[in-house]
Amino acid sequence: MNVLLWGVLPYLVIATLVLGTIWRYRYDKFGWTTRSSQLYESRLLRIGSPLFHFGILVVFIGHVGGLLIPEDWTEAVGISESMYHFNALLFGGIAGFCTLAGIIILVVRRRRTGPVFMATTVNDKVMYVLLVGAITLGLWTTLVAVGAGSEAHNYRETVSPWFRSIWRLNPDVHAMAEAPIQFHVHVLVGMLLFAAWPFTRLVHAFTAPVHYLFRPYIVYRSRDARTPAPTGRPRAGWSPVGTPDRDRSTR
Amino acid sequence: MRVMAQMGMVMNLDKCIGCQTCSVTCKQAWTNRAGTEYVWFNNVETRPGQGYPRRYEDQEQWHGGWELNKRGRLQLKTGGRLKRLLSIFASPVQPELKDYYEPWTYDYATLVEAPLGDDFPVARPKSLITGEDTKVTWSANWDDNLGGTSELGHLDPIVAKIRQESEDKIKFEFEQTFMFYLPRICEHCLNPSCMASCPSGAIYKRSEDGIVLVDQDRCRGWRQCITGCPYKKIYFNHKSGKAEKCTFCYPRIEVGIPTVCAETCVGRLRYLGLFLYDADAVTAAASVPDEKDLYEAQMDLLLDPEDPQVIAAAREQGIPEDWLDAARRSPVYALAKKYRVALPLHPEYRTMPMVWYVPPLSPIVDLLSEQGHDAEDRDVLFGAIEALRIPIEYLAELFSAGDTEVIDGVLRKLAAMRSYMRGINLGREPDESIPASVGLSGETMYEMYRLMAIAKYDERYVIPKAHVEQAHDLEELGCSLDYDEGPGMYGPFGEASGRPVPVAVENFQALQQRQTSDEPAGNEELRGRVNLLNWDGNGTPRGLFPPRREEESR
Ligand code: HEM
Ligand code: SF4
Ligand code: SF4
Repeated sequence: MNVLLWGVLPYLVIATLVLGTIWRYRYDKFGWTTRSSQLYESRLLRIGSPLFHFGILVVFIGHVGGLLIPEDWTEAVGISESMYHFNALLFGGIAGFCTLAGIIILVVRRRRTGPVFMATTVNDKVMYVLLVGAITLGLWTTLVAVGAGSEAHNYRETVSPWFRSIWRLNPDVHAMAEAPIQFHVHVLVGMLLFAAWPFTRLVHAFTAPVHYLFRPYIVYRSRDARTPAPTGRPRAGWSPVGTPDRDRSTR
Repeated sequence: MRVMAQMGMVMNLDKCIGCQTCSVTCKQAWTNRAGTEYVWFNNVETRPGQGYPRRYEDQEQWHGGWELNKRGRLQLKTGGRLKRLLSIFASPVQPELKDYYEPWTYDYATLVEAPLGDDFPVARPKSLITGEDTKVTWSANWDDNLGGTSELGHLDPIVAKIRQESEDKIKFEFEQTFMFYLPRICEHCLNPSCMASCPSGAIYKRSEDGIVLVDQDRCRGWRQCITGCPYKKIYFNHKSGKAEKCTFCYPRIEVGIPTVCAETCVGRLRYLGLFLYDADAVTAAASVPDEKDLYEAQMDLLLDPEDPQVIAAAREQGIPEDWLDAARRSPVYALAKKYRVALPLHPEYRTMPMVWYVPPLSPIVDLLSEQGHDAEDRDVLFGAIEALRIPIEYLAELFSAGDTEVIDGVLRKLAAMRSYMRGINLGREPDESIPASVGLSGETMYEMYRLMAIAKYDERYVIPKAHVEQAHDLEELGCSLDYDEGPGMYGPFGEASGRPVPVAVENFQALQQRQTSDEPAGNEELRGRVNLLNWDGNGTPRGLFPPRREEESR
């Protein structure tokens, strides 16, 4: 069981995430969008969306820090475990609550605003369940840790080594199995979220437009610069123009 | 100097009767799909009036277009790049549906399905967004023909501005006397702020003909362009989650036929043709400090297609000979630069718009004839142009950043043309002092009259074809607006009602269907076949006529 959950599932998730994203990018560029609903409703979105997004970005950075950077590295630069832990709980907690508050506003808005609810697909609903699930379970681990004070489980000795070991293709199933239940559930829901990611609107996060800072304002593009369709065949669309059957002189 | 070609349009506002034919045909051609119910790539608004979307011209509210920052550099009115990225999660200023209008239909079915009874059945309005009953309170031309202007007229941003400047002296005295229609499409700007605000770089200007398009495969729905465009001529498809805009009917332009709006225009007031411009000079021109100089700066960008230096530079850039020839015959160049009667709409937005307008003289003519004056006499007309300051100021706010001298000059030319031609039509000796009084020769004035009054189809539309050697490249240049039905679906209340389908899945299927079907787009037998409905009278198309006798007897 443990091997299945912590040794096999991660690879399935990674495969789905990577292949799914490639597939979606190749075949459904037209569907790759935030599907903004600001046209319908602006007031609540303007509170909820920044709250959620800035929150989730901090949470993301926190995860990168906590999972990727080994404990002895931080200790080597003189940050003690308790110091690290305190900061993680403080900032992670604040960011987590912002994210949760933001997403609650967004979900309530989605449900309560007629047009926004109309534009909500089943796909969105599943995505929201997973997303809200992952966030609340994440906060739960934080709350448990706060409650336990200095007794708190140190995930940097269980979850983090396991996470890094996945990338070394030698999953440390044992380390993860040691972690308490709240971490197990959080990680599981998180994995489901990542597996579903490529098939939801969340793909918009992969194309975060950072290059906007560097590109010229005005974009010229030649009529000729056409990328061939992914299938290798020219796409059906307009019937070809300028071909002999349309040109009166050659008819 | 980097010479580039730009397709441009001129509209002669004197001739617009506000019939909305252009709006309707454009809508049928481009935005009759779910998600774009509220979208009019071409709309015709009555001025004075609020326009569509409401009060879009008030850039203090909407932050569209460019402004000069403290260092005198051109910057988007919504701020620098970093600031804009940080506010991407929810646009600070974004028009909502209520600023356009909530599209609706009627539940016509009750008209025929209602059981027999004493009451007449009524078709109730249903929102196309929610499918619920709705109350119709606004539309794309709700204040058509000054409807409601006595109450809402002050909401026109330009009226508000002029009133403020003249310290509230003007009430709506001009509401009976002064009205015209303003048809609007995307301006296909030389310095488009929609493009500059797009975080993904999905909006691009075609280097061959300057048409501004949205790459539907690269648009990610950040919806920043909607705020960026000061004319609010780029729209959010709320179904596909992508921006869409006027395409200048590029598939038609490429084969040398005019845009749908121009082709169907009842007043025949639209002109299409090429401009040559200096692409390297655009930013500098858009950055001149004084707004009132923007019109001249924009004129300076337009290059003289007869100038040998320009021709040489254009050849160097690879502009084909037939395009250079078309540029020389361009009616839009003639109206904008040779005769200087066409003006850009709101040059003060600094986007260098490429759809130009001949301001209307008719409000003045109408007023004069109503009062029993001779509205074809030069001096009477000139006097009226002097006296009627409010219409002139209004037009100046629209077309010359408030510089009334420019409007005066154009209206005088139109007035002079009117009285000069009257003399000729009455068989009198042409009065050369009339054209001279507006700085034109009699010959030029006559040419101008020909172009503005009686030019035929191929003089009004001078559209060089895209080159056949490139033709295979043209189809689907990254603009996938052309889905047969778009991501559509049909419920009981028309498009967009009923249960939503996940857009991603739906698009994917639409795409696949298109790629695999061979009907009707790929049907070689039927393609190019002519039937009575689309026969233009030329030749003897196959299948339309019975075989000839001789052929039969042979
Ligand atoms: C850093 C890159 C990101 C950018 C620039 C971005 C931007 C946006 C934008 C513009 C919207 C549309 C809001 C609207 O107008 O309706 C949106 C919606 C959304 N984003 Fe992001 N996003 C990013 C990352 C993420 C991440 C990492 C997540 C989740 C883990 C996420 C989850 C969502 C959700 C759930 C919505 C839908 C909100 C709603 O309308 O209910 N985004 N995002
Ligand atoms: S008018 Fe057209 S080209 Fe100009 S900024 Fe608006 S959408 Fe862009
Ligand atoms: S079709 Fe021509 S005359 Fe009619 S509203 Fe449009 S521009 Fe004006």
